[in-house]
Amino acid sequence: MKYFLLALAALTFVYPFIWMLSASLSAESGLGDLTLLPEQFTWNNYVTVFTKIPLGRAFLNSAFVAIITTGLVLITGAMVGYALARYEFVGRDWIFYAIIFTMTLPFQITLIPNYITMVRLGWIDTYLALIVPFSLSSLAVLLFRQAFQSLPQALIDAARIDGAGELRIIFQILVPNVLPTVLTITILTFMGLWNEALWPLIVIRDESTMTMPQLVTLFSVGGRAEGQLGVKIAAAVLLAVPVVILYLFFQKHFIRSMASSGLKD
Amino acid sequence: MKKLTPYLLVSPYVLHFAVFVAFPVVFSIVLTFHRWNIISPMEYIGLGNYERLLHDRLFWQAVWNTIRFLLVHIPLQIVVALGLAELLNRTVRGASFFRGAFFLPVIVSGVVVTILWQQLLGFNAGLINRMLTSLHLPRVAWLDDPAIVMYSIAMMATWKNVGLYVILFLVGLQSVPEQYYEAADLEGATTWQKFRYITLPIINPTLFTVVVLSTISGFSLFIEPYIMTEGGPLNSTLSAVMYIYKQAFQYYHMGYSATLGFCFALIILFVVIIQRRYVEQEN
Repeated sequence: MKYFLLALAALTFVYPFIWMLSASLSAESGLGDLTLLPEQFTWNNYVTVFTKIPLGRAFLNSAFVAIITTGLVLITGAMVGYALARYEFVGRDWIFYAIIFTMTLPFQITLIPNYITMVRLGWIDTYLALIVPFSLSSLAVLLFRQAFQSLPQALIDAARIDGAGELRIIFQILVPNVLPTVLTITILTFMGLWNEALWPLIVIRDESTMTMPQLVTLFSVGGRAEGQLGVKIAAAVLLAVPVVILYLFFQKHFIRSMASSGLKD
Repeated sequence: MKKLTPYLLVSPYVLHFAVFVAFPVVFSIVLTFHRWNIISPMEYIGLGNYERLLHDRLFWQAVWNTIRFLLVHIPLQIVVALGLAELLNRTVRGASFFRGAFFLPVIVSGVVVTILWQQLLGFNAGLINRMLTSLHLPRVAWLDDPAIVMYSIAMMATWKNVGLYVILFLVGLQSVPEQYYEAADLEGATTWQKFRYITLPIINPTLFTVVVLSTISGFSLFIEPYIMTEGGPLNSTLSAVMYIYKQAFQYYHMGYSATLGFCFALIILFVVIIQRRYVEQEN
């Protein structure tokens, strides 16, 4: 009985995705069937979506933005986290207050002013608008601080005796010792950026700089899908595939990372 | 030099905080007293924006829509997540497979989930209505009836997020010592009694986390109704964030839009503080 309920639940969560994949490979007439295998198999929906919108370009934009930003979040997070974990300095408490303030502040307050900042800096329609505001994460700082605190001081002292500078200590000695934390931050940041649609909708108007979720959103509300459901679904499949592939490889880490970020607050 | 090191290391944080947190908060307050379309100079209008907001029926409808969404989404999410976590808690075989399956919608974009559910909820060809008709039940206008649409979206959002909350509850449930249940069994306690008097007090902190997390994510509701129905029919799915977005980027009412964002954020903080108070009293 218990397994029956669990199986039913699992089906509820997985079946729609399989249906979506199958529908994207069906001719328009076969759509809306409950079957799992496409009735008249065709790649047409995928061909159409690539001719109608620059999805390949959007894929590259999304990947570029997500990778660079994740890298920056790791670098800044490790630097700030290290200072908070290993240094006593005047004003350190203020950094904590700032972190708590940032994490409790609803984004609805900063949305409009941040857009105006982008306009003033001339960053509208540039990658900078997609990268710089997200290049530092309070959560990443906290996670790095926590991880660095649990490392033995001897590790740092030994490196200092060898004449290593602070940056070398952080990135060559400490970071390799906290790889689970690095993975957690990478997953959370990458996934968040890959899926984010609201901010790109605000700061990017030029199609060639658009990210994938943004382009797919505009495609599906803008009437360019012209009632062709299959094409719209194909676009959604392409948006989902990269994260789902990563998920299949790192399933446990995904779940652990998301759960730990949830329990943080 | 040695003394300077920590300051150099935290300088990216300070800079980022100043530009993207502190300045916007201050500037948003300044904006609420002005009329501005970004192009022409700002015009001071005193409390004009606040006055307008108080009488803006559409804004309050959008706030109410968002709250209606939450009132269905949060209880539904807790019940489903607790139920699934309870089922998984005592499963050894295949637990990681089931967890993985429940978690799948959590990792994909809301854009994907909404496009998918748009098809599932269609009136004529949608899978859910097809199932209903095959069970000889009447079809439901999931996306066309203004009284229903927001709840359809709440149902979809639950499907999307519940996997995360299953994991959180699972962590909580696993911290309940097995002996407590054994002792309760000896006393002849019913399943409900065991849940009410053993499980619930222990998972209470988790419950609070789940309520706060889903409140905050619910108040950010935007992309789902934007794609699903574009706020319609009859503005029944216009969310507060969508209205802020429209005021700013369709009408270029920057001052007014900032006022909406500011007041809506106050509403969010107010609700979260009330929730925290309530939980602290409970404990």
